[in-house]
Amino acid sequence: MGVSIRQGSRLPGVDAAPAVPPDRRRGELSPQAVGSGRLLRERFSAALITLVSALVGLLTLVVIAALFLRSLPILRQHPLPELVTGTVWKPLAGQFGFWPFILGTLWVTVLAMVIATPVCLLTAVYLAEYARPSTRALVRPLVDVLAGIPSVVYGLFGVLLIVPFLGDDLAPFAQRHWGFLPWLSPGEVSTGYCVLAGGIVLALMVAPVIIAVAEEVLESVPAGAREASLSLGATKWETVKHVSLRLALPGLVASVVLGFARAFGETMAVLMVVGNVAQSPRSLFDPAYPLPALIANNYGEMMSIPLYDSALLLAALMLLTVVLVFNLLAEAVVWARKRAGQ
Amino acid sequence: MSHIVVEGLSVRYNGQPALDNVSLEIPDRQITAVIGPSGCGKTTFLRCLNRLIDTMDQVRVSGRVLIDGADIFAPRANVISLRRKMGLLSQKPQVLPMSIYDNVAYGPRLHGVRRRRDLDGIVQRCLKMSSLWEEVHHRLRAPATGLSVGQQQRLCLARGLAVEPEALLCDEPTASLDPLSAQSVERLFVELKSRYTIVLVTHILRQAKRLADYVVFLYMGELVEHGPAERVFNNPRDERTRKYLEGVIS
Ligand SMILES: Nc1ncnc2c1ncn2[C@@H]1O[C@H](COP(=O)(O)OP(=O)(O)OP(=O)(O)O)[C@@H](O)[C@H]1O
Ligand SMILES: [Mg+2]
Repeated sequence: MGVSIRQGSRLPGVDAAPAVPPDRRRGELSPQAVGSGRLLRERFSAALITLVSALVGLLTLVVIAALFLRSLPILRQHPLPELVTGTVWKPLAGQFGFWPFILGTLWVTVLAMVIATPVCLLTAVYLAEYARPSTRALVRPLVDVLAGIPSVVYGLFGVLLIVPFLGDDLAPFAQRHWGFLPWLSPGEVSTGYCVLAGGIVLALMVAPVIIAVAEEVLESVPAGAREASLSLGATKWETVKHVSLRLALPGLVASVVLGFARAFGETMAVLMVVGNVAQSPRSLFDPAYPLPALIANNYGEMMSIPLYDSALLLAALMLLTVVLVFNLLAEAVVWARKRAGQ
Repeated sequence: MSHIVVEGLSVRYNGQPALDNVSLEIPDRQITAVIGPSGCGKTTFLRCLNRLIDTMDQVRVSGRVLIDGADIFAPRANVISLRRKMGLLSQKPQVLPMSIYDNVAYGPRLHGVRRRRDLDGIVQRCLKMSSLWEEVHHRLRAPATGLSVGQQQRLCLARGLAVEPEALLCDEPTASLDPLSAQSVERLFVELKSRYTIVLVTHILRQAKRLADYVVFLYMGELVEHGPAERVFNNPRDERTRKYLEGVIS
């Protein structure tokens, strides 16, 4: 992960490259220039590339189809709305309510993004626009290292530092002072294993991805655009706000989406700190049980319970659907901005 | 005293000299053409005059540039008001990612013009000055990127005029334009020189001959010759200038 995030991130950022004249486009040779052997190789490689990309696209469809087929048994017994909105999870009694898990996923993910997005975007702005080259050269590898740390390590970090802090310090404080704010104060004594802990750990994990991509996007803003603004007497911040951020917006949205997409499915670290209690969280300090944790904790065990296996695969399908819908929404946002004349 | 005075200006990129001890006065309300072969330091010179050179890494500037008698590189110089005084027109038109109206209103808004009526007036006046008004007045709200390149360049000019500069710094402003647009931009310069000091970097000798009142010839970072256009073109004093004008060196 750490190595790959910067390479080839072809983001819908800014078109900095000048248009290539048609006769100079790479890979388009005039017929005379191509001997028959080269032509054959050209056809073969084109076919191979097409085939491979088709396989990748096919894989997505196969995964969806497989999950759907395996979820069919439970969908036949219970209507989907009942499964989605049901709040009771008692597989032994044949009750499969997914609502607490869906809610847990949303709480943790949204919290993580609320924490991570502003911090990461500001960091990226600092690195791309303000930092001296030497500072940048120092911070970049650090960010990449953060991206490469295995999620178990983040989980341990959460268990050792964040959970005790939330349980021993912040939760009692919140209970004393923010009691009137329903979302911000724990209903009962909090152990620290809660959605907030999950959100913080997840924010830490997605931060490097968002920072690296957002910085790259900001750096692709053409220097001329900045200079135009500066030469009119704009300050640096005014230039960042009105020009760089505006030009980079589609790419910045993409960076956050990339972070989100990762956050939805992130299992290990979150599972270690959110408590894994199948109930709907009512405050930041309540435990939760996100969908990925549900699958990871239970798949392969207690499979003799009827429909249990099918229920878990339905959970996976739900997760996948959410990620897909989210990606499509983001595409739509980027596309709409492009059409609006950016 | 002239408005822009350069005294012993030197610039180094990474230790490599790009301008070497340049001293001259740029005459007010005339067109000064800066000519010279590629890489001789024309852009560097221009970027010093509005301190856009500050934005680049690893640059060292020494010497003084006096504008209205004050050294713009002095520690307490106000870069914002300096840049406001020195409008910039770059080689490739750089419209801002906003509407035609907002492009022109961008500078005035930054400098505190808020009232709608005032902004409308400025936008109209500046678009007329850059002879763009007739072409765009019915679509001021459209994104500026929808304009042709020639129109974009005139929009950039209008945008620069909107902050009421004293001088216009133009870096090969017609280089990316078609001949007709280039012609209309040249005509604008002639109209504008009664009110603004214009420094025009150009590659095109004929353009310099058409427009310039004063000529500055740079060669490998050195100020070789400067003087009234008539004199420099007809009677160059330096061998290198003569060769450049004859097209022997380029
Ligand atoms: N950012 C930079 N870093 C290092 N060297 C630079 C930089 N910008 C310019 N130079 C060097 O400084 C010298 C002068 O460059 P400058 O851009 O001022 O030339 P120019 O006269 O504008 O050329 P052109 O006609 O091609 O635009 C050149 O040798 C160039 O290689
Ligand atoms: Mg240049």
